[in-house]
Amino acid sequence: MRPRQLWETTGILVVFVVFVLILAATVENFATPINIRTILVSVSVVGMVACTMLFCLAGGDFDLSVGSTVALGGVIAALVVNKTGSLAYAVLIPVCVGAVVGMVNGFFIAKVGINALITTLATMQIVRGSAQLASGGSSIGVSNESFAALGQTFWLGLPTPVWLMIGFFIIFGVLLNKTLFGRNTLAVGGNPEAARLAGIAVARTKIAVFTLQGMVAAFAGVVLASRVTSGQPTAGLGLELQVISACVLGGVSLTGGVGTITGVIVGVLIMGVLENAMGLLNIQAFWKLVISGSVLLLAVTLDRLKHKASLRRKAERV
Amino acid sequence: MSGGFLRFESISKSFPGVKALDTVSFGVESGSVHALVGENGAGKSTLLKILSGAYRQDSGSIVVAGEHVSFASPIDAIRSGVSVIYQELHLVPEMSIAENIYLGHLPNRFGFLESTVMLDLAATQLAEVGVQVDPREKVGRLPLALRQMVEIAKALTHDARIFAFDEPTSSLSAREVSRLFEIIERLKESGKAVLYVSHRMDEVFSLCNAITVLRDGKHVFTENDLSQTSRSEVVNLMVGREIEDIYGYKSRLIGEPVLEVKDVVAEGIRKPASLTVRAGEIVGIFGLVGAGRTELLKAIFGANRFASGSIWIDGVKRRIESTRDAIKAGIALCPEDRKDEGIFAIRSVKENNNLSARRRNAHMGVFIKERWEHWNALKQVERLRVRTPTIQQHVGNLSGGNQQKVVLGRWLSENPRVILLDEPTRGIDIGAKKEIYDLIYELAESGVGVVVVSSELPEVLGVCDRILVMREGEIVREIDRTEANQGLLLELALPTGDKSGAAA
Ligand SMILES: Nc1ncnc2c1ncn2[C@@H]1O[C@H](COP(=O)(O)OP(=O)(O)OP(=O)(O)O)[C@@H](O)[C@H]1O
Ligand SMILES: [Mg+2]
Repeated sequence: MRPRQLWETTGILVVFVVFVLILAATVENFATPINIRTILVSVSVVGMVACTMLFCLAGGDFDLSVGSTVALGGVIAALVVNKTGSLAYAVLIPVCVGAVVGMVNGFFIAKVGINALITTLATMQIVRGSAQLASGGSSIGVSNESFAALGQTFWLGLPTPVWLMIGFFIIFGVLLNKTLFGRNTLAVGGNPEAARLAGIAVARTKIAVFTLQGMVAAFAGVVLASRVTSGQPTAGLGLELQVISACVLGGVSLTGGVGTITGVIVGVLIMGVLENAMGLLNIQAFWKLVISGSVLLLAVTLDRLKHKASLRRKAERV
Repeated sequence: MSGGFLRFESISKSFPGVKALDTVSFGVESGSVHALVGENGAGKSTLLKILSGAYRQDSGSIVVAGEHVSFASPIDAIRSGVSVIYQELHLVPEMSIAENIYLGHLPNRFGFLESTVMLDLAATQLAEVGVQVDPREKVGRLPLALRQMVEIAKALTHDARIFAFDEPTSSLSAREVSRLFEIIERLKESGKAVLYVSHRMDEVFSLCNAITVLRDGKHVFTENDLSQTSRSEVVNLMVGREIEDIYGYKSRLIGEPVLEVKDVVAEGIRKPASLTVRAGEIVGIFGLVGAGRTELLKAIFGANRFASGSIWIDGVKRRIESTRDAIKAGIALCPEDRKDEGIFAIRSVKENNNLSARRRNAHMGVFIKERWEHWNALKQVERLRVRTPTIQQHVGNLSGGNQQKVVLGRWLSENPRVILLDEPTRGIDIGAKKEIYDLIYELAESGVGVVVVSSELPEVLGVCDRILVMREGEIVREIDRTEANQGLLLELALPTGDKSGAAA
C-alpha cells in the first residue's frame, strides 16, 4: 500500500522529470537559462489561477469564469492606472471586482444550488462581455512606469510574475495543508453531507473558495496587463481549460476531495514545458491544438485510472 | 408531557407523500439509556435527524434541560451538546481517520492545524473504543465495521450531554458490540441521556432501561422502567400483531449440489476454501467481522478475483471472472454495504428493482418492457412490504431498512440458482425479518441454494440447515444444525489467543 501511495503522489513528478530530460536531450535551445525563464514567465498566470482552482476542485466544484475574470481584471487595471496613475488602486480595484465575481459564483452554487458548470458558464460570458464593454472592445494601452513594476521587473534574476507565482504556491500550499479552511474544503468536496453533519459551514466554505478564486484571477489579470502593457478584453481566452487540465494533470480529482499543491505545480510546469517545446520545434498552431487536447484527455484518463485503482483497493479491503 | 432531561413535544414532520412523524411526544431522563424502537419507516431516524439539526421539524419543539431549543443546522445541535451517530455512515473517505474523528472541530491554533495534537488525541480516542488502527490511515480503506467504530469515536469527541445512536451495531460483530455497550454504560453512569435505536430486541432488553415505541410516525408507548414490560408486548406494539417463533424453521427436501466451491483462494481468503450448497439447502456462514465471509461471497460472485480454485454450478465447472459471468451462471449476491454497493440513491424504487433482471426481460434484449418492470416492482414491493409512497420514490428517501428490502427485491427478480445473502436482515425490523426468513424458505423450497452470511447468532442458528464458521480468512468448521449452539459457534469464530475477553 505504501509504495502505491508513493506512486500516486510522486508518479506524475517522475513523468515530468523524464519528460524534461528527453526534451533537454532532443530539443535544441531547450535547456538554457533564458528558455527556462521564458517557460516560467509563460506559466505564471496559469500557475497563479491554478492555486485557487485547486481549492475549487478539491471542494467538488470548478470554475469556468476565470479566463474572463483575468481579462476583466486587466482591463480595469488599465483603466484605473490611466485615470489615477496609482499602482495601489490599479491592483486593489480589480481584485475587489474579482471578489464580487467570485462571490456571485459562490452564492449561486452554494446557496441557490445551481451546479458549478452552469453557473460559471453563465458568469464566464457575463464577465467577458463586461470586459468588452468596459474597454469599448479594444485593448487599452498603459504607459505608466510604476505599473510596469508588477510585470516587467526582475528580482534575483527572475521576473516578478514568477516570484508572485511562487509566493502563491507557498501561500495556498500552507492554506490547504496547514489550516482548518483547507481541511474543511477537502471535507466538503470529499463528502458534503458528512461535512454538513459534522458542523462545517458548507455554503460559507464554498463561497469563500470562489471569492478567493475571483480575487486571484483578477490579480493575475493585472499582472498580465502589466507584462504586456495593456488591458486586453480578449486576454485569457481558454485559460480556464488550461488551468483545469494543469490541475488534473497534477492529480487533483474532478470529483472533489483530493488534491495537492505539489501536484498542481508539476501539472502547471508540464503544460508550460509542452507549450514551449512545441514552439521551439516550430510545430504548426493547428497541431498544437491537437496535442494540447490530447494532453487534456490523457490527464482525465489518468484521473479515472487512479480513481478506479482506489475503488478496487477499497473493494479488496472490505 | 412527562418530565425528562430531553423532551420531544408534539414533533411532526412530513415528506412529500409521507407523514414521517405525527405529533410525537416523550421524554428521556439523564443517566438513562432509552430505547427507540419501531418498524422500518416508523420515523426513528427522522426523529434523530431532527434532534441533530439535520432536518427541521414542521411543528413541535425540543426541550433540553427545561429550555426550548431550536436547531437550524447541525452546528447548533452540536453546540447545545447533542451528538448523533447516524444510521448511514458519514465519513470522508479520502481523509485520514484522525481528520474524520475531529471533522468540524479540528484541533487548531488561530486557524492553523495542530496535526501532532490531533494524531495523539485520535489515537487515545481509538484506544477508548478499542480499535487498533493507525489514525493516519485513510477511512476509505477501512472495512465497514471499523468505519462504524470511527463514527462512534467521532461522536464521543463531542463533549455532549445527549447521545443518540441509530442502529450502531448493525455492522458490528460480537466483540465490537460488547465494547460499545461498555461505552454506553459509562455514558449512562456519567449522567448523560442516551437514545438508542435498534431492531435487535436482545440488545434493547440487555442494554436499555427505558423504551419508546413508534408506529407509522406516531408515538404509541413509553415506559421508563423497562422491567415493567416484556419483549412480546413491545413487539406487539411495534408491528400491531403477535409474532411467535420468528424463525419458524421447517425441514425441506434437499437435492443435488447446485453450487460447489472448490479450493478457492482469494483476497481475504487465506486457506483454500471449499463448500457445497445443495438444491433447497440453506447454508449459513458465521464469523467475526474481517473473518473473510464477505470476501468469500465476493469471490464466488466474481467481484473479487480469485487466485486459484474453481466454481461449479449444477455439476458443471463455470468460468467466473466477472459479476456478469456469475449472474449468467445463476448466482446472485445481495451485498452487505447497502449504501456503497447496493442502491442507486437518486433513482426510483422501480429502477433499482429492475436494474438487473431487465436484461432478460427486454423486448429483443434491447427495449425496456415498461409493463413488466412496473409489475415486477409492484410485486417485490408488496412481497417484501417495502414502505414507500409510490414505486417512483427515490430510494435515497426511504428508511434504511426499506432500502435494504429494495436491494433484496432486485436479486429476487433474477430467479437465481444460488443466492448469496450478505447480512440480509441488517437494519430490518422484526416483522419484516420474519418475512425475509419466510422468503428464504420459499426460495429454498423451490430448489434454490441459499447462502446466508450473518453476524447475528440467533439468526444463523434459527434459519440455516448447516453452518460454516470462518475465522481469519479460513473455514474452520462445518456444523450441522442439530449440533450447533451459540457457545460452540462463538468459540470457533474467535481468533486464537483471544478467547477470554469477548462476549456474545
Ligand atoms: N428525505 C426524505 N424524503 C422523503 N421521505 C423520507 C425522507 N426521509 C425519510 N422519509 C420517509 O419517512 C419515513 C420514516 O423514515 P425513517 O428513516 O425515519 O424510518 P426509520 O424508523 O428510521 O426506519 P428504519 O428502521 O428502516 O431505519 C419513511 O416512510 C421514509 O420513507
Ligand atoms: Mg432508520
